[in-house]
Amino acid sequence: MDVIFHLLIMSGIYIILALSLNLVLGYAGLFSVGHGAFYGIGAYTGAILVTRFSFPFWGELLAAACIAGFFGFVIGFPTLRLRGDYLALATFGFAVIIYSTFVNWIELTRGPLGIRGIPEVQFLSIQFKSLWSYTILVGFFVLITIFSLRRITHSAFGKVLEAIREDDLAAMAIGKNIAKFKVLAFIIGAFFAGIAGVLYAHYVTFIDPSSFVLQESFLIFSMVIFGGMGSIRGSIVGAAILVILPEALRFLGLPSEIAANLRQLIYGALIVFIINWRPEGLLGKSKDIKIEGPISLESKVNAN
Amino acid sequence: MDVLEVKSLGKSFGGLKAVNDFSFRVEPQTVTAIIGPNGAGKTTVFNLLTGFLRPTSGHIWYGKTLLNGLSPFRIAQLKIARTFQIIRTFPGLTVLDNVVLGCLNSKGENIFGALLRTKGVRREEEASREKAVRLLELVGLSKYKDQYAINLGYGQQKLVEVARALATDAELLLLDEPMAGLSADMSIVMVNLIRNVQKSGKTILFIEHNMQVVMDISDWIFVLSYGQEIARGTSAEVQNNDRVIEAYLGRR
Repeated sequence: MDVIFHLLIMSGIYIILALSLNLVLGYAGLFSVGHGAFYGIGAYTGAILVTRFSFPFWGELLAAACIAGFFGFVIGFPTLRLRGDYLALATFGFAVIIYSTFVNWIELTRGPLGIRGIPEVQFLSIQFKSLWSYTILVGFFVLITIFSLRRITHSAFGKVLEAIREDDLAAMAIGKNIAKFKVLAFIIGAFFAGIAGVLYAHYVTFIDPSSFVLQESFLIFSMVIFGGMGSIRGSIVGAAILVILPEALRFLGLPSEIAANLRQLIYGALIVFIINWRPEGLLGKSKDIKIEGPISLESKVNAN
Repeated sequence: MDVLEVKSLGKSFGGLKAVNDFSFRVEPQTVTAIIGPNGAGKTTVFNLLTGFLRPTSGHIWYGKTLLNGLSPFRIAQLKIARTFQIIRTFPGLTVLDNVVLGCLNSKGENIFGALLRTKGVRREEEASREKAVRLLELVGLSKYKDQYAINLGYGQQKLVEVARALATDAELLLLDEPMAGLSADMSIVMVNLIRNVQKSGKTILFIEHNMQVVMDISDWIFVLSYGQEIARGTSAEVQNNDRVIEAYLGRR
């Protein structure tokens, strides 16, 4: 039973991460491969605030999300002019910098020793001590994230993000301040990743830099691609599958070294498979013709 | 309704003077054409007017506003819209969304408006949708409104672009080769559309190679060659201008 709660909690955390990256990657079309950095910033901020300054949970959560969001601005603003692979490289570099900061800023993060003794969550005078209660707490934040991102992506704001993905010059030509929208996409994405970080820190009660290595960013990236860019349901399903499937390997009784490597192999194989079989992702939108019958080549219009 | 007044506009790329000392005026509610051989600098003029390029010299006035150095989205917000020589629809969005995006959705584009989705936001969404449907009816594409733009024909996508530009409520429309690549009946559709748009009180400045269309619908024509204005006038005046004939056909 504990395994199931564990999988639910981890799926929930990664669903938040995948959804938040999807806004940046899937909707705005910004190739950010450093999303794990915001996750780490959220986790560290939360852990530091609660262990050193004994912040209440809501204060800690809000502060961590806002600081992660601020770093979203820090990476989003200077990379405004970058696109595609150049942006990917810049965000990759950002993730490397953040990781090295976790390792080397010993006074703040205790470096490789990590931060331990992160207490269980106390929120609305409820103690989230048991696994099942924590599952509900994570589920609550998953719902908030889904709700917010659905609202955002279905709004005019979300449409502008999609327009930027499709053709940013054309978006400018119809009066959209694309710089503002791109930076906001980064900030919102980072904000929710920060929340995921706090939830993770309280769940494992011990964080060290190894939880926020670059593979973590690639994993979140894979979840979005696998589920389908620009699809909310896709990110949810993608994250859940990529969390649960490798865990299922445990039941095969493989030695742990093999199982760990097999995990990476499975991620790789799944991505290769999906890119070949359904390039738009598992639940991504297909751009196939929607109406029945052939489209007439030209439309006719009356003179008046 | 504002006058577009361009004074000794110049743009150099390194040593190349793409546009040199070009001055012109576009009066409200007229159709003005810029013509000239390939590479004459016509599209560069459009890019300068819409902020995609910064002029090296000269001034661009729209009414009392100086457009020099403004970014493209600010210029669009001043009700100057453009289309592109090579179509730039949003291919992966529906035709309807393409046009809805042209509308000013200031409430829904605010992040808090998007999250809270207040009554005002919903009303704005509804208004933009209705307006977009109306414009799609005007260009004759309403039955394709739920289709992804990429699935439409080339000519139809050009019409989507015009509808999107109209959705911005632009008073001055800059059309970059609206006829290029259109079939015969599609050209008729486009010409009628441009005439209707003019009749509705908007100003049109366009670049075109189809001389028949240029002569038919333009009130005023400017001819560029190697970045330099070589002639201006009504269609009759331009047609008989020796320098224009020389630029197009070479010296006799």
